[in-house]
Amino acid sequence: MTGAGRVLSGFAALVYALILAPIIVVVMLSFSADNFILFPPSGYSLRWFRQLAGNGPLLAALWLSVRIAAVVALLSLAVGVPAALALAKGRFAGKDALTGFFLAPLLLPTLITGLALLLFFSPLKLTATLPGLVLGHMTVTVPFVIRMMTTALANLPDDIEAAAATLGATPWRVVRRVTLPLAMPGLIACACLSFLLSFDETVISLFIAGPRASTLPVEMVRYVEGRTDPLIAALSVVLIIATLAVVLVVERLVGVARAVGK
Amino acid sequence: MTASRRLPLLLIPAALFLLVVYVWPSLGLFRNAFNEVGPTGAMVEAWSLETWRTTLHDSFTIELTLNSLWLSTLSTLIALCLAYPVSLFLFRTDSRFRGLLAVVAIMPMLVSGVVRVFGWLAILGDRGLVNTTLQSLGLISSPLKLVFNWTGVTIGLAESIMPYMILALLAGFGRLDRTLEEAARSLGASPFRTFRRVTLPLSLPAIALAAGLGFVLSMSAYITPKLLGGGRVFVLATEIFEQATTNTNWPVAAVLAIYTLVLLLALLAASNLVARRLQR
Repeated sequence: MTGAGRVLSGFAALVYALILAPIIVVVMLSFSADNFILFPPSGYSLRWFRQLAGNGPLLAALWLSVRIAAVVALLSLAVGVPAALALAKGRFAGKDALTGFFLAPLLLPTLITGLALLLFFSPLKLTATLPGLVLGHMTVTVPFVIRMMTTALANLPDDIEAAAATLGATPWRVVRRVTLPLAMPGLIACACLSFLLSFDETVISLFIAGPRASTLPVEMVRYVEGRTDPLIAALSVVLIIATLAVVLVVERLVGVARAVGK
Repeated sequence: MTASRRLPLLLIPAALFLLVVYVWPSLGLFRNAFNEVGPTGAMVEAWSLETWRTTLHDSFTIELTLNSLWLSTLSTLIALCLAYPVSLFLFRTDSRFRGLLAVVAIMPMLVSGVVRVFGWLAILGDRGLVNTTLQSLGLISSPLKLVFNWTGVTIGLAESIMPYMILALLAGFGRLDRTLEEAARSLGASPFRTFRRVTLPLSLPAIALAAGLGFVLSMSAYITPKLLGGGRVFVLATEIFEQATTNTNWPVAAVLAIYTLVLLLALLAASNLVARRLQR
């Protein structure tokens, strides 16, 4: 390696340390025996994991978040995949403009989406309800599904579908028997990432969640605002492990860099 | 073919969804910005520019704007200085761990923002990693104030936008051709000179795009300024949230949101323009 290359690698290693630092510190802190954030901890224990298991509000929020994310993932696929199919396979006027329209919500900061949804949901009494939170999260996940699946479907080989069609399969049968099975890894990856996006969505939820229905990130924000003890670190470790598991699935299926990059 | 003629019908569910949950609420946000706030603080239906006038003339709005712009500039610059070498390294490396290294580089994107903010509290807090280390080394006697102020927010923001900028840089490095650098080297240019005269100019469009993205993301970030600022850092994002939820002053929140959006669009357009100029 050249001298310049070594300097570059060295610098990259430093930045990697910086990127990983908050995560490593959180993991170490979760095993802390102290009553507050002290780093390095004066002793190690599992007490904060036990505390977590007994924390009703956080567990209730976790369960609500899991349910919301599962519903969001399924509904986003149901709404987004047909649209992606049309955009990837169809040839019709105004396709580019429509693609732009479908992806536009991705460009809008969630701060503004959240505010718009708060103003919209309040008179409809949809704030702090499960349908409200699901719809709110879907403003993020549906465009994401459309973007990801449009790319995935466009990359599928056309000739297999053409072959099926010439052999007499109806268009619906081609989609069901050829296109969707071929796209299955992408579909599963897409569902996983939609689940994570919804599970992690904080700002939109902060706008429209309430005491009756509060998601996990919202409860975490409130907890960190009010007090600082290692309980959130213990919860974070659980979340990081769960996220890594999902990411690993996605990596196996399509490759994370490709999934989030394009 | 009948199938392809019927294909656009598949767009209907998504289109209906976005019309109801995205377009209509966005129009509602716009509509709210023309309502007025009555003397009791309650919202009055109107078509007036009064809220615009009072909000945009408020010296606090100007202060918030400057705060936001300054914070975003600083975070973007810091993130760029860190993200650029990492992206260049990832772009060039032929290590078999390249995929893994790329995943680690964008890891913050995959870990909840609240978790990372908590990590920074443990690093930068009064009894955090940095202060205990410096104190045990005897370099400082009392803890440095690194969180619940602008310092903490800048560090946290820079870290949170870095993965997005790394991805943007990687995507934009396409034109960076290794052979050009080798040519410069073989013609006798020093590594630094090669970087300054070949690598850097070729990557300027990517830098402009990544900087634009980082800027927009930090302007609209809410969680980091809120939690790492500890209620002492006021930017447009925190004020929009405050006005909408705590004060339930929707017209003012709507005006500030549209104002922020216009600022962002202008900045994004500028960075795209710069990127396109540089590409020529």
